[in-house]
Amino acid sequence: MIINHPLLGPRDASEFIYLGDASLIDRPDWNSENAAQQFYEYLYLRDNPAGTIRELWFHEYGDRSWLVVTRNTLTHEIVNVELARDIDREEKHSR
Amino acid sequence: MKYSGWNILKQALTGKKEWAPVWHKPEPKSHYETIVIGGGGHGLATAYYLTTEYGMKNIAVLEKSHLGSGNVGRNTTIIRSNYLLPGNEPFYELSMKLWENLEQTLNYNAMVSQRGVVNLFHSDAQRDSFVRRGNAMCIAGADAVLLDERGIRNLCPFLDYENSRFPIKGGLLQPRGGTVRHDAVAWGYARGSDSLGVDIIENCEVTGFIIKEGRCVGVETARGNISANKIAVCVAGSSGRLMGKAGIRLPIESHVLQAFVSEGLKPILPNVITFGAGHFYISQSDKGGLVFGGDIDGYNTYAQRGNLPIVEDVCAAGVAIMPMIGRSRLLRMWGGLVDMSMDGSPFIDKTRIEGLYFNGGWCYGGFKATPASGFCYAHLLAKDEPHPVAAEFRLDRFKRGHMIDEKGAGAQPNLH
Repeated sequence: MIINHPLLGPRDASEFIYLGDASLIDRPDWNSENAAQQFYEYLYLRDNPAGTIRELWFHEYGDRSWLVVTRNTLTHEIVNVELARDIDREEKHSR
Repeated sequence: MKYSGWNILKQALTGKKEWAPVWHKPEPKSHYETIVIGGGGHGLATAYYLTTEYGMKNIAVLEKSHLGSGNVGRNTTIIRSNYLLPGNEPFYELSMKLWENLEQTLNYNAMVSQRGVVNLFHSDAQRDSFVRRGNAMCIAGADAVLLDERGIRNLCPFLDYENSRFPIKGGLLQPRGGTVRHDAVAWGYARGSDSLGVDIIENCEVTGFIIKEGRCVGVETARGNISANKIAVCVAGSSGRLMGKAGIRLPIESHVLQAFVSEGLKPILPNVITFGAGHFYISQSDKGGLVFGGDIDGYNTYAQRGNLPIVEDVCAAGVAIMPMIGRSRLLRMWGGLVDMSMDGSPFIDKTRIEGLYFNGGWCYGGFKATPASGFCYAHLLAKDEPHPVAAEFRLDRFKRGHMIDEKGAGAQPNLH
């Protein structure tokens, strides 16, 4: 797979480390009432979709940025690549 | 018909008239006592042991494609029970004992070959951990022999003992481990189940669950709705996809594991060998092909094919311990979908929906578990309580903090 890095252009997937579903960006609030349940679901349960998935890749052997890659798990086609920090900023801004 | 030397002779002399297909192709009925979803090794074994061990009747196995078309036909055929943790080892040892009598039980030649499994170690620290594992195996009633470098040299003189980065210091041998003809396992269990009245229904994909008042009462399939008292999901590799239809999220991601076969060679490998400093395992099939594999690709996929970096990685690890295979050519390679769980261990459990049971999360090690998985799943279905050796394989173990992390690798599927 070739990941089209927003800053560096097309890079081979073997330069990256895979973390998993991009929902991991949204860490639960440790202070909330049912924090234990929320962290259990956050850490261990997955949607594991057959089709489009948004996921976190770390450019370990490159510029060490975190990317959010939108990919199809049935075809390995990569639809969109964004910097995770941009998404995080946008989400915090819209809150 | 019972298979025997006498019958082969008889059929040869009487025009081979009595050889018949070993399982029927029945039409699905509208109701069953128990439905097993997934006609792979585990599903068929479940149906078989439900009938033979627990006396259950009126059972159907639903398979979306043809029988044995999933991981039972895609693995590297290794059987072993060399686990460390008390939640795992007794289960895999039960599996090994069932393997040892499988062919007699099923009256089917599954080519069970106990040629031994050697795990190489390359450092003093690794030797210590293997001694510990060997002891854990012996406590659980399995067999383990610690070999020093000379012992390994006698057994496998062709390994690269001069490797300065990863010198071979010895190995942990499980003499009872070995290989099994993988397809024959599915066929043998199918034949056994079918002869006991189990309906094996191929090309019957489950498209949804019928859930009424929190109870699963049937399934929607490509061939119509079928009701049942108990529905047993057994579709490792596609667990997430299927259980999603019941609204259940699992501690599982689907990944791809690749496997490889070289061209046919003269007999060179006497047993199964695994590399201790990288992820690589290899054996030689009876046809002569070197059958080997290594790490999973490491990203979520349902594509049943992998990418080239892992091919390079696996072959590099192979050449590191066995430089001689560098000149053999790759004949075939393929990918199979695996349920990677968060701690690398499987699940055989009830779900929060009454009447719906779950078996999955076998990671890349489901084949060796086939008999015990079927046996323990049948126990759970028949008695509604887990079999003692599978009592730790629960879906809620992460919530309780009782993971079975064999390698201590952490809570992420692609680390296992």
